[in-house]
Formats: sequence, structure tokens, C-alpha cells
Amino acid sequence: MKVLVCISHVPDTTSKINFTDGDSKFDTNGVQFVINPNDEFGLTRAMWFKEKQGASVDVVNVGGAETEPTLRKALAIGADNAIRVNAEAKDGFQVAKELAKVVQDGGYDLVIAGRESIDYNGGMVPGMLSELTGANFVTNCISLEVEGTNATATREIDGGKETVTTSLPLVIAGQKGLVEESDLRIPNMRGIMMARKKPLNVVEAANAETETTSVKFEKPAPKGAVTLVDADNLDQLVNLLHNEAKVI
Amino acid sequence: MSVLVYTESENGKFKKTALEVASYAKAVADQLGTTVTAVAVNANDTSELGKYGVDKILNVSNSGLDKFNAKSYASVIKQAVEKEGAKVVIVSQTADSKYLAPVLAVGLNAGYASNVVEAPSSTAPFTVKRTAFTNKAFNITAINTDVKVVGVSNNAFGLVENEASATTEDFAPTVEESGVIVQSVDKATDKVTIADAEIVVSAGRGLKGPENWGMVEELAEVLGAATACSKPVSDLGWRPHSEHVGQTGKPVASNLYIAIGISGAIQHLAGINASKVKVVVNTDPEAPFFKAADYGVVGDAFEVIPALIEKLKAFKAANA
Repeated sequence: MKVLVCISHVPDTTSKINFTDGDSKFDTNGVQFVINPNDEFGLTRAMWFKEKQGASVDVVNVGGAETEPTLRKALAIGADNAIRVNAEAKDGFQVAKELAKVVQDGGYDLVIAGRESIDYNGGMVPGMLSELTGANFVTNCISLEVEGTNATATREIDGGKETVTTSLPLVIAGQKGLVEESDLRIPNMRGIMMARKKPLNVVEAANAETETTSVKFEKPAPKGAVTLVDADNLDQLVNLLHNEAKVI
Repeated sequence: MSVLVYTESENGKFKKTALEVASYAKAVADQLGTTVTAVAVNANDTSELGKYGVDKILNVSNSGLDKFNAKSYASVIKQAVEKEGAKVVIVSQTADSKYLAPVLAVGLNAGYASNVVEAPSSTAPFTVKRTAFTNKAFNITAINTDVKVVGVSNNAFGLVENEASATTEDFAPTVEESGVIVQSVDKATDKVTIADAEIVVSAGRGLKGPENWGMVEELAEVLGAATACSKPVSDLGWRPHSEHVGQTGKPVASNLYIAIGISGAIQHLAGINASKVKVVVNTDPEAPFFKAADYGVVGDAFEVIPALIEKLKAFKAANA
């Protein structure tokens, strides 16, 4: 089985979110970039397919050279090859189209992406990719087993979960549950050394078009200070929630 | 040319988010000077939609659509869009609608903006405001395609009543086969889901053990709220993963979010920040959640929550 894991290069959760160039661009100054958490769960599941079922695992990112350290980290965790599509990621549709070409050229059976990236939160690339490549698609995926060309997956739904059967070729949008947090791997020295020698192929972009334009960013208005209510005066809390906040 | 809205139902009844996206569709239709057409699948009574400004309902009844399937549903909506010549398609951001929207967008060659929180600021270019960076910022996005798909965040636009005399028309689209087959659904049907809830009551490790969740459940029941939990709690197996809210869990965008014994790690706050009013109960006045909350009680949850339940019961009785 040929597995492709899509890796988004995103600011670490604790990053300060600021914008530059007239609020049109994310300010990367001082920001540490990581593998998108939802993708990391998927990558770790892919390692299981590699180790237990002999799958090959490649990782891919659509982005500039600055994303390569994130791909190297995925290689250090255990992926076999990395591919960087040399294009600035501008919208979900463009990225999905670039990835579709990689999937078709590489003949991948299973594509694992994250349910959304924690930066733009579009939540659309995996679904678009499945439709562009004619693959089956399961989103919010919290478990995945593959036997031959048959797959069983669990999808988180509002208020519960749903178990589905499907077949390869398959695209999944994964999240926590695919593996547990405690299963995530921190690259060890051997992995890091090996990752330096593994192939990281830069492929030219298909110059896919975008469908949307990011006009600018805004930050939410600063929040006022908390109103503290004495634990012995909960009537006041009920009163505030009813009369001031108007939420009960 | 009308604005098309997919109004999601469950067991024949429209979800609250369906009425909310209908309200949103009406606002867009007013800006464009057109009408609203809704697509309803296996809904029992479609008349409710008229109250929220829907002019026409394409009513699909098909046992092949009993279970939600992204590909089949996307194809049904696509056929409705084509039949109506709609240029703007509105969906909610429930788990199911988020599943089908990108598939639908490719099928329609449409640009898709997700997590939209306001009516368009302009319709030419079609410009919307959406959340980004997990609620730490907004992104103003223009959709440049002829047909546009807009995913409206749950509980962002609200319900807006606009009485319209909705006409219902039976619609029998071709149901496309999907390669994904639902085998089983595991869902508590008697509980308010986090996605649908106006109020969410959430608790963390401060509760010390799963045996202490009775008061959380009771508080939720008094408020008609959904229950949720922090990541450590679901990692410890005290509560199911489906209750985990935060960056890697479910997003929450309720009117009121009550956090009990949750310190407020940045990953947790990222997932619940879209909630309008936040209340924290914690013994530690230095807990980061107090900086993110609107109202706070410094105190022991085991004393505060039972007392709050009594106060709320009295309040409900007085305001019933």
C-alpha cells in the first residue's frame, strides 16, 4: 500500500498571532512552525501501516522552501520520502489541485490529511482532493483499519460516532483518535540523522488557480476584564447572566 | 438565481443550525435582490422554514438518503443548485455539512469559504468574514467564482425571523451511489449536542474523577445545555472523546460556556473562544481561564456547582 500523508506547516499553538503588510500577511517573526496537529495524528497512524503492514509512507506539503524543516521532521518520525510542491499555498482549492497531481503521479492508495489546519481552519483540502481524484472520502476520522483494498473507518459526528466501510483509493481527514496523543513520536537522534539522507523532492507546481482571495486579517476586539462573583453570592451570577449577558 | 440553502434535518426535524442558515440565506438574498430556496431531505414538516425567510422548498423524500452520506447529499444539493440556477449556496458547519461542502464545491466548480460569521460585507466582489487561526483572528475572504459556497459557523449569525409564504415542491434528484457505506451510528439521541447547544457546561481535571460528573450533568440539565470536557479528562477516559472540546477536540461556539475546574490551557481556549459569554469556576485565582472569561467565581466546584444548581432552579421556577 502506498500512503501519502499531507503535512501542513503551521504556527505552534502558543504563537502570537500578528499580521504585517497592512494586515494582509501573517507575521512569521519569532513564530515556531510545527506539523499541523491533526496531520501528526495521521502521520503516526501511517507509521503503524508501515511497520505492521509494510506500507510505504511519503509526506507532501505545498509551500515554499521555509516549510522544509517541517517535512524533515516528518521524515525523522519515519516517513520514507518527502515531496514539496514549490508554490505558495493561497487557498484550499489551489492546494487540493496541486496535491491531486501528486496523488495521481505517485499512484497513492491512501491519502491521510488532517481534518483542518490550525492556521486557516479551512477544512476543505481533503474533501476537495477526494473529489478531484475520484477517491472515497471520510472526514473527522478517529479510527482507520485497512485490509487489502477494504477499509473500515470511524467518523466523529455531532454527539457521537459512525462506523463506515469503504475501499481504496481513499482520502481521510484525520484527527485525534486516529492515534492517541501518547502514541505521538518525538524524533530521536537516529531518526533525525536518517532524515537528513532521505529524499526531499521539490516538484514544480502545476500552477493551479485559486478561487478565493484573502483580502485582509482582523484581530478580535480586546476582551474586557473578568467580573468576579463571590462564591457566596451566586444570585449575583444568575442575575448577571440573565440581565447583563442575556444568555439565560 | 435564488440563493440556495441546505437545511439539515435529523429524524425528520430541522436542526437549529438549519433555521440559522435559512436566516443567513435570507440576508444574502436581500442584498442580491432575490429569493431563498431551501433543499430539505426527508423532513417531516417543511413549513417551519417560511418563518425564517425561505420562499421555496425543494422537498426530497428518498429512503436512499435515510443515512447521511457526503457524496450522495452533495450530489442532491448540486442538482438543486443547477435546477434553480443558484449562484450562492449556503450550508451550516455541522459535522455533516462540513463533510459535504468541499465535495459540493468541487462538483460546482465553486469557491468555498468556511467558518463564516457575518453576512457578506459586499456581494461584488463577494466578500465574507471568517474565523482563522482557531478563533484568534478573522480573515476577510473574497470568493471569485461564479458559483459560491458559504459555510456559516454555528451560532454566529443567529436566528432571524422573516415571515415568508414558503411554497413546497417535491424534488426527486438522482441519488448517486457512494463508495462509503455507513454500518452503524453510535449516538445518544436524548442529549443536546455540542454543535447545536446554546449553552455548554464543561468540566476539567478539577473535578477529581468521573464519579463526580453528576453535578455537571445536573447543571447542564437545568440549563438545557450540552456537556463537554477538557482534553486531560477525555485522555484519562473519565468522559468520552466526543465530549472533548479544544483545539484538537470539538470547537464550541455557544452563547454561554461554563468551565468548571478547567485551568484554561491555550489549546483549550483556542477551541472555545468563539463562545460569546464565558464563565469560569476554579479554586485557583491565577488560572489562565480568568483572563479569557467574562465572569468568574473563585471557589471549590464541589460547593459552587450544587449551590448554583439550586439558584438556577429557583430562577427557572420564578421565570417559568
